[in-house]
Amino acid sequence: MRSVFSKLGKALALMVVVSSLSMFVGGASAAEDKGHEIVIDGSTTVGPIAKAFAEYYMEKYPEVNITVSESGSGNGAKSLINGTCHIADMSRFMKESEFKAAVEKDVLPVAHVVAMDGLAVIVHPSNPASDLTLEQVRDIYLGKITNWNEVGGPEKKIVVISRDTNSGTYETFENIVMRKEKIAAGVEYVGSNGAIRQRVQSTQAAIGYVGLGFVDRTVKALTVNGVAPTGNTVASGKYPIARPLYMFTNRYPKLGSHVHGFVTLHMSKKGQEIIEAIGFVPLTQY
Amino acid sequence: MGNRDDSPTATIAETRSPAALTRSELLLTKRSRRFRRLGSLLGEGLLFAIASVSTVAVLFIFIFIFKDALPFFTLRGFKEFFTSIAWYPSADPPEFGALAMFIGSGLVTLGAVVVAVPMGVSAAVCLSFVLPFAVRQVVKPVIEILAAIPSVAYGFFALVVFAPLLQTRGPGLLSVAIWLVGVPIILLGAVVAGGLVSRRVSGRFLLAGRTATIVAIVGPGLWLLYRLSGGIRGVEVTSGTNALNVSIILGIMALPTIVSVSEDALQAVGRELREGSYALGATRAETVLRVVIPAASSGILAAVILGVMRAVGETMVVWMASGNAAQIPEPWFNYLEPVRTLTATIAGDMGEADHVTGSARYHVLFAMALCLLAISFVANLASELVMRRTRRMLGGE
Repeated sequence: MRSVFSKLGKALALMVVVSSLSMFVGGASAAEDKGHEIVIDGSTTVGPIAKAFAEYYMEKYPEVNITVSESGSGNGAKSLINGTCHIADMSRFMKESEFKAAVEKDVLPVAHVVAMDGLAVIVHPSNPASDLTLEQVRDIYLGKITNWNEVGGPEKKIVVISRDTNSGTYETFENIVMRKEKIAAGVEYVGSNGAIRQRVQSTQAAIGYVGLGFVDRTVKALTVNGVAPTGNTVASGKYPIARPLYMFTNRYPKLGSHVHGFVTLHMSKKGQEIIEAIGFVPLTQY
Repeated sequence: MGNRDDSPTATIAETRSPAALTRSELLLTKRSRRFRRLGSLLGEGLLFAIASVSTVAVLFIFIFIFKDALPFFTLRGFKEFFTSIAWYPSADPPEFGALAMFIGSGLVTLGAVVVAVPMGVSAAVCLSFVLPFAVRQVVKPVIEILAAIPSVAYGFFALVVFAPLLQTRGPGLLSVAIWLVGVPIILLGAVVAGGLVSRRVSGRFLLAGRTATIVAIVGPGLWLLYRLSGGIRGVEVTSGTNALNVSIILGIMALPTIVSVSEDALQAVGRELREGSYALGATRAETVLRVVIPAASSGILAAVILGVMRAVGETMVVWMASGNAAQIPEPWFNYLEPVRTLTATIAGDMGEADHVTGSARYHVLFAMALCLLAISFVANLASELVMRRTRRMLGGE
């Protein structure tokens, strides 16, 4: 499904580029200035936010047409540098090499942090373990710690559960917790945040991680390095398994343009509601 | 209609008054004959085209999967893919060892066969020889309904109901299952062995010999069962999403195919064979075991292979309930460990791989698909060969 959509998105993006090019040749300014077309490309993690924003924005301004593709952070940066998108969704900051390439092409990337992404480490409610250090979480997923009694739990083999390698949640975990080290072979992979929660609430010795929005009473969220995962601790950066999510534009968008409206949507009440509904943390929960 | 079928004029005469029926209406003119011929040609052509669509589709699937799988092997070679168990497609540098997936697929399929084949074939025998006809007419459609349940429903059941059950009551359930399966097998084996012995022994020791054999088999058999179930009771099921869970669910999913097809095969065995057997004085059990089942063996084999293919190709259940851990269980027959199969890996990794079209991460999935295709192709071919051979053997006898 997603592949079909992203291909459709790419095709649409191409069409938009072609039409904007033809306008450029005709002497008019680029479509960007006209502002009725917004092309967005980039991270699969930020993609859902952009899509939900786009849905809301297009309903509010029916004359605007927004296309969102999810081709990964790197490809988003590439598209922005090549001028084939107006907004690049990125789950990481732009690399130095990408900045240099951008400046050479007269593109000056500006970062807009639209939301925070925090992952809660969850266990069965009956598990007495309540706090792990980031190192301990990593050792569990590396297969170095295999029994709960090593980290303040009962004498039980840990059932380690991860999201599938397909997901942005996995990507976040891999970057922040694993730091590019390889997850052990015996780790179970599960297809969705909901499925991880289901497995953890029914398995006494399980450990898993989910987006903050998926924590409920049926599972216990551990404190990591002594900090509980809440909107406050994630937004303020105290909680360690968290990262900002970016949208990059070429220069700061012209005030009042639709692109400007779009990248500032996260500050509105509605924008924050959308972000929370998808399971991310709004920035303004200080 | 009955006897009027072969006299069309009679039916026509029935609908029209006899006066309206002239000779010219019954004869075809040259033009209308040509027209009809064209029509039939067109119809045949259309049917042929529709029939060839499926054949061509298979061909195209082969071509495209091969085309997309080839770059992987040219890029990374064969050795890593078939011999390594390190599966880290998103790491830097990536590793694409698929051995664990091959073994996972094999284990799960083997488990499904062990669950489904004995149960399915005996259910088919029961349906066609033991149950009264009226009961069979009810039971068979009910079994076939199993095939109509979508696999995601099975997967949901496996994940939400069966996995927690295995975790909390797994060992108890397993030991009960062992008794349920083991006791009938032991008794059956003892009776058969006793019968064999009684043929060899002379009249005086007949009863003693038979009893001794039965005791000699039942005693140790029960002791073995007791030890086994005791051993299983001590096992702890840490994770309910494991190879055993998936094997049982896949076995149940393959059941309707196996029951239905092998029952059809048993029914297809000619009445004269059965009656001939009875006429020679064979009992019902002897007729079933030594005449009907061998005669239907090619059909039963086809049923088993169809069931196996269902288990190999199943994706959703496996993705939801096998745990998807890319590892080889330790030891290999430890069905309580999570495993990862080829199909689940293709389904699970497709989304991310799509974004970097052209990379090894994308093509490796097609390499797996190609392997799956090759496996099913070989299985189909083998079944075809075996079926032909049994047919020839039966014909020759």
